[in-house]
Amino acid sequence: MSTDPLLQLLRTKARYAHDELAALLSLSADQVTDRITAWEKDGTILGYQAVVDPEKADADAVAAFIEVKVTPERGGGFDRLALRIARFDQVTSCYLASGGYDLMVVVEGGDLREVARFVSEKLSTLDGVLSTATHFRLKTYKENGFIFERETASERLAVSP
Amino acid sequence: MDYTSKIAHHVAGIPRSGIRDFFELVQGREGVISLGVGEPDFVTPWHIREAAIYSLEKGQTTYTSNLGLLSLRKAIARYVASFFEVDYEASKEVLVTVGVSEAIDIALRALLNPGDEVIYHEPCYVSYCPSIVMAYGKAVAVETSKDDGFSLKPERLAAAITPRSRVLMLNFPTNPTGAVASNEDLEGIARLCIEHDLIVLTDEIYSELRYDGVKHVSIASLPGMKERTILLHGFSKAFAMTGFRLGYACAPQPIIEAMMKIHQYSMLCAPITSQNAALEALENGTPSMIAMRDSYHQRRDFLVKRLNEFGLSCHLPGGAFYVFPDIRATGKSSKDFAMGLLAAENVAAVPGSAFGPSGEGFLRCCYATGFDDLKLAMDKMERFVGNL
Repeated sequence: MSTDPLLQLLRTKARYAHDELAALLSLSADQVTDRITAWEKDGTILGYQAVVDPEKADADAVAAFIEVKVTPERGGGFDRLALRIARFDQVTSCYLASGGYDLMVVVEGGDLREVARFVSEKLSTLDGVLSTATHFRLKTYKENGFIFERETASERLAVSP
Repeated sequence: MDYTSKIAHHVAGIPRSGIRDFFELVQGREGVISLGVGEPDFVTPWHIREAAIYSLEKGQTTYTSNLGLLSLRKAIARYVASFFEVDYEASKEVLVTVGVSEAIDIALRALLNPGDEVIYHEPCYVSYCPSIVMAYGKAVAVETSKDDGFSLKPERLAAAITPRSRVLMLNFPTNPTGAVASNEDLEGIARLCIEHDLIVLTDEIYSELRYDGVKHVSIASLPGMKERTILLHGFSKAFAMTGFRLGYACAPQPIIEAMMKIHQYSMLCAPITSQNAALEALENGTPSMIAMRDSYHQRRDFLVKRLNEFGLSCHLPGGAFYVFPDIRATGKSSKDFAMGLLAAENVAAVPGSAFGPSGEGFLRCCYATGFDDLKLAMDKMERFVGNL
């Protein structure tokens, strides 16, 4: 994780206004804007998004974690095929991993059939894909640093010594 | 029954805490934004809570040694050696207590004969004067001022020393002012303590919460001071563990032995679950502690800037999580200001006078509160000051 305090703050408080971020970090709002703009330009910051509880937003939504074994290509290694997979809209995350498989692909869809169809029709038919193992998500406990089961804030005394 | 005749005179003579009065006032209200707390807004880091749960699962529910678990005392000695740069022997110079509050109480009871004078700097934590009185000592307050950044100036201390002075209590960083003492002040204080043969009781509970990259220096680490210092520290503030009630005292063996006598007959030992959690905090808690400190640092800068912007002059506190703005320009007393702010804007901050007469004219605002609430509180306070 980055040790830059602004970048760290943005990871959890991306929606703070630039002058608020500036006040917290003893910077000027212009300095904050300049640095964020530079990071957006050079791809250090790729985007901003809300972390949504799927059960609350869309109870039918389905996600699957798919272990994919592939044949690495001469010259390109895993990159070309991995990017080809990653570019599908249904794929929300795609990692190269060490261990028993090569790619961990996270796929989201409106229902079970949609995800299954993507795996059987798109993913497993790609040249270079040797095998897939699909694990459907049953429940999310934590995502991007956010625990889904909110802890009830213990009642602090309003005034204490 | 006439209970007034049943209560010991020295206890009956202790006035009600100003904080408690204010608390009762705030408690009846809805939707208050509180800057009145004296504890972190973070929940204890999970790995520390998990260690406590694990110890319960393993059935660790017994008494411990009166001094505390040896493994914890060893960890404390290692931590103190590296953080405060003072070496204590875990087997006989460290006592684990139920919070620093207990440590203050038993230290004073171990040291004082009736009528002995204890000097402390004020504004200060609410328990100091009553603890001295309950140990049959005579409380001697030395005022500190905003111009000195609420540090204790050696010349002010010198003026308070008498032949009956026995103990000096220090608390840097300070609750409620956030004050820190410069090395020069500490050296001057140490010289006086050696010259007048005083024991120093130093409550350094906020010592990890130092800002601007300045390293905390304990008076115990100055030449000739370890032998006359009781260093008090704990887990409440740095590790957000207030409810675990765990602190410790480090001091020369004869003093620890005397404190332990009182501790063993009154408290027996600190709770083992808390001790296990504290061990985890010392072994693995530094990253979470630093993250919390950095967050306080950001909020301190925000609050000091805003308060000064709308005309409540505020020194930059070097530690703890309090700012102590000067409200004298408004012409109101601390109490009137705090009551007015609560009534008009539903923002609670503690009148400085709750921390001793020299806190009059100031307000203690705790910034261990979420940033959104701090922003709102500052906007409301600005409007309140503007309408005065």
